[in-house]
Amino acid sequence: MENSIKKNNEKYINPYLGGVLLGIVMLISIFISGRELGISGSVRNTVVETAKVISPKAAENSTYYKKFLKKDTSPMSNWLDYEVLGVFLGGLLSGILFKRIKKPFIEHGKSITAKRRLIYALIGGILFGFGTRLGRGCTSGAALSGASTFSYGGVVVMFVLFGSAFAVAYFFRKLWV
Amino acid sequence: MGPLVLNGFISSNWNLLIAVFIGMAFGFLLESSGFSSSRNIAGVFYGYNFVVIRVFFTAVIVAMVGLLYMGYFGWVNLSQIFILPTFLPSMITGAVIMGVGMIIGGFCPGTSFTAITIGKIDALVFAIGLYIGIFFFAEGYPFLEKFYLSANLGHVTLADVTGISLGWWALIFTVFALASFWITASIEKKVRKRIKDYKF
Repeated sequence: MENSIKKNNEKYINPYLGGVLLGIVMLISIFISGRELGISGSVRNTVVETAKVISPKAAENSTYYKKFLKKDTSPMSNWLDYEVLGVFLGGLLSGILFKRIKKPFIEHGKSITAKRRLIYALIGGILFGFGTRLGRGCTSGAALSGASTFSYGGVVVMFVLFGSAFAVAYFFRKLWV
Repeated sequence: MGPLVLNGFISSNWNLLIAVFIGMAFGFLLESSGFSSSRNIAGVFYGYNFVVIRVFFTAVIVAMVGLLYMGYFGWVNLSQIFILPTFLPSMITGAVIMGVGMIIGGFCPGTSFTAITIGKIDALVFAIGLYIGIFFFAEGYPFLEKFYLSANLGHVTLADVTGISLGWWALIFTVFALASFWITASIEKKVRKRIKDYKF
């Protein structure tokens, strides 16, 4: 994958255009469904579903899982899962259109091996996943949607999340530069 | 009038199909803006690529201003809109952890999903990590519950907390975003000159 590091010939849309369109998508979502964009809540739904399948009794008794078990009958609670399904389809569509779909590969910085990249990706994912629950959402649901709807907590999450990443970036620079 | 679904203009069955289309637009924009590459995302924190800041802040100010107009014209009943509740201690802690996770993992949840679609194994591993992390949280919830629910301020907006109206906040954010676009563009130019082994 060394080649992918040396050159960045990828075709991307203009970031300001992308931002304006993303803002409009959020507005349409609010106008039609009264819902905001999110991602991590659907991973939580998956975890809850797994718990229900593996051990229904234990899930019923768990303080956390039972908060989400009852609501599952209403279609509104699935809105996020359908939206996330769309995120996959939309990503795929863009990948096809811009010819970015490749055989499965590992993207990593020049100073680390592919294996190391995967270990860090896993650790980063675990931390991020844990953080989303405390933060009431991820970069999409809490930071982007929260800030866009003027939520005090959303704005705080947005600045703290980017600030925290910036504060520790120096220690992990080998991963990226 | 709006939100159309909440006020009965569209049935809730259609709502799920609409959710798929809204997600598609979201996923398409994330991928086509370059968020399916962890190196583009991490670039923000090393000064060589600020595309994330440009897309993110532009989206926020468009949505902020648009939302106020939609409320002003009566297209959307703003009181029906979900405002993320505020629990400062747990949310600040969560955001700090997410920031560290983003630097180490190179993705956030949405961006990792779009990167999976174009074949990135590192993104798939990150997504598996998300699942494990949320599982840990769910299992540890009895110990975390008190902290998780502490200092509940409810569904408050910036206006509720500061007394400054939302219109002013939209203006403040717009100025802040424009200033950040200008400053980061000049940082990016300088940093890119120093990086020789990576062509932009």
